[in-house]
Amino acid sequence: MAYTKRPDGRKFDELRKIRAQVGVIPRADGSALFAFGDTIAIAAVYGPKPLHPQHLQNPEKGVLRVNYDMLSFSVTERKKPGPSRRSQEISKVTEWALAPALQINNFQNTVVDVHITILQANASTRCAGINAASLALAHAGIPMVDLVSAVSIGKIDDKIVTDLIKEEEDYEDGEGATDIPLAFLSKSGGITLMQLDGRTSTKKLKEAIEAGRAACKEIYELQKKVLKEIQEK
Amino acid sequence: MEISNLTKKRIKEHMDAGKRFDGRDLLDHRELEIETGISINAEGSARVRLGNTEVVAGIKMGVSEPYTDHEGEGTMITTLELLPLSSEEFDYGPPKIDAIEIARIVDRGIRESGMIDFEKLCIKEGEKVWTIFIDIYTMNDDGNLLDASALAAIAALMTARMPKYDEEKEKVAFGEFTKDPLPITKNIPLTFTFHKIGRSIILDPRREEEAASETRVSIAMSSDGKEVKVNAMQKGNEAAITPEEMFKIIDLAEKKYKDSSKDVFEQIEKNLKGKK
Repeated sequence: MAYTKRPDGRKFDELRKIRAQVGVIPRADGSALFAFGDTIAIAAVYGPKPLHPQHLQNPEKGVLRVNYDMLSFSVTERKKPGPSRRSQEISKVTEWALAPALQINNFQNTVVDVHITILQANASTRCAGINAASLALAHAGIPMVDLVSAVSIGKIDDKIVTDLIKEEEDYEDGEGATDIPLAFLSKSGGITLMQLDGRTSTKKLKEAIEAGRAACKEIYELQKKVLKEIQEK
Repeated sequence: MEISNLTKKRIKEHMDAGKRFDGRDLLDHRELEIETGISINAEGSARVRLGNTEVVAGIKMGVSEPYTDHEGEGTMITTLELLPLSSEEFDYGPPKIDAIEIARIVDRGIRESGMIDFEKLCIKEGEKVWTIFIDIYTMNDDGNLLDASALAAIAALMTARMPKYDEEKEKVAFGEFTKDPLPITKNIPLTFTFHKIGRSIILDPRREEEAASETRVSIAMSSDGKEVKVNAMQKGNEAAITPEEMFKIIDLAEKKYKDSSKDVFEQIEKNLKGKK
């Protein structure tokens, strides 16, 4: 059966309901919550602060360090607590996704720590995490040249779909599911995260990138809005 | 690897003029050598050389429980070790992110291409299935370990035989092999990692070029004979890349796949026949 309707009734290019909130962890220098529907990510930023052990310090520039992890009860089958190969890879690609937006070269020998925790997962957790982290970094007052917005685009059967849920990720009929997390710099439009797994033609892949660009513009507007609100308070 | 800013600048200048230190064109690969059957105790094995870069891969099979969401399918685990013998920059200890990332990209390319028919690796649904262990080790690092590792993995898989399974003891009879190959389909993935250096986009960097790379995009592709499909992608490193550059890379990858896949698969097949 062809894929004609999404399980939650959204249009193919429609994002889930987004919830974004800044300052959710008062202790942190900056923090934010970002949710795509049931997927909830919280990010906290500490720093710039002296980096220890000292041999990790970079005398030329500040270092960005990201840690992503899921709570054990955030998924249907309990996730073993502690870092996994998956979480280590996501931490690294998130670091790369955020780095081009930051200007921490003048903070030599320091580190900016970004801790991302997934409270509840229904797909797109790394994208929710990046959006939360981008907000938290801005909230912490880290010098930035841009905001980063991320979204997962999917090819479900032959349709390009924005902001996947788990049920769509697991779709097996027809051409199956291809998952493509993307992140963009909001102003310059550069791609800072792109991963893919599944099966897709190059033509559809380009459509997916365009869909990601459009969705991220929408996300950016929301991110900007919550940051302005907190500034006014 | 850290290289001096002066060297980086020279590499960039050279590439802006369309040249590389070793005389190759920007999108040329180094000479590729694939040797299979390099270890008698492995179910399948291969050595790949791309110029001076060398990796070996071996396949071992085990029996384990299936994942609860795919009870009728075998499983696969890919690991990679950056052996300290292959570079002064690698240390002993549990795999760090560099090794994990390469292994995971290789794994995704193979898994998503459908190269392995996992349903045929089921022994008893919900209880016992075959697990394929793909273990990759680096022997000499002269850049582009990722593409070399992906090649070694597919070559080892293509040459692997199923071990004997002792039905009475419900155990693998280690050291005894059947004549059956693994359930391999035609959708065999090839992985190309593009690097952006200055204004240039290059393939198969040597160590120095890799150190000058600002950003990279890995693409694993396969074809069922009709259409080329993208199975796995990963953008790595800190610099952003424009959507237009990404489109260009996607087109280059498709062309590269079409141009080189036949030769690569033939080289593996030829090697196979020579061994049996």
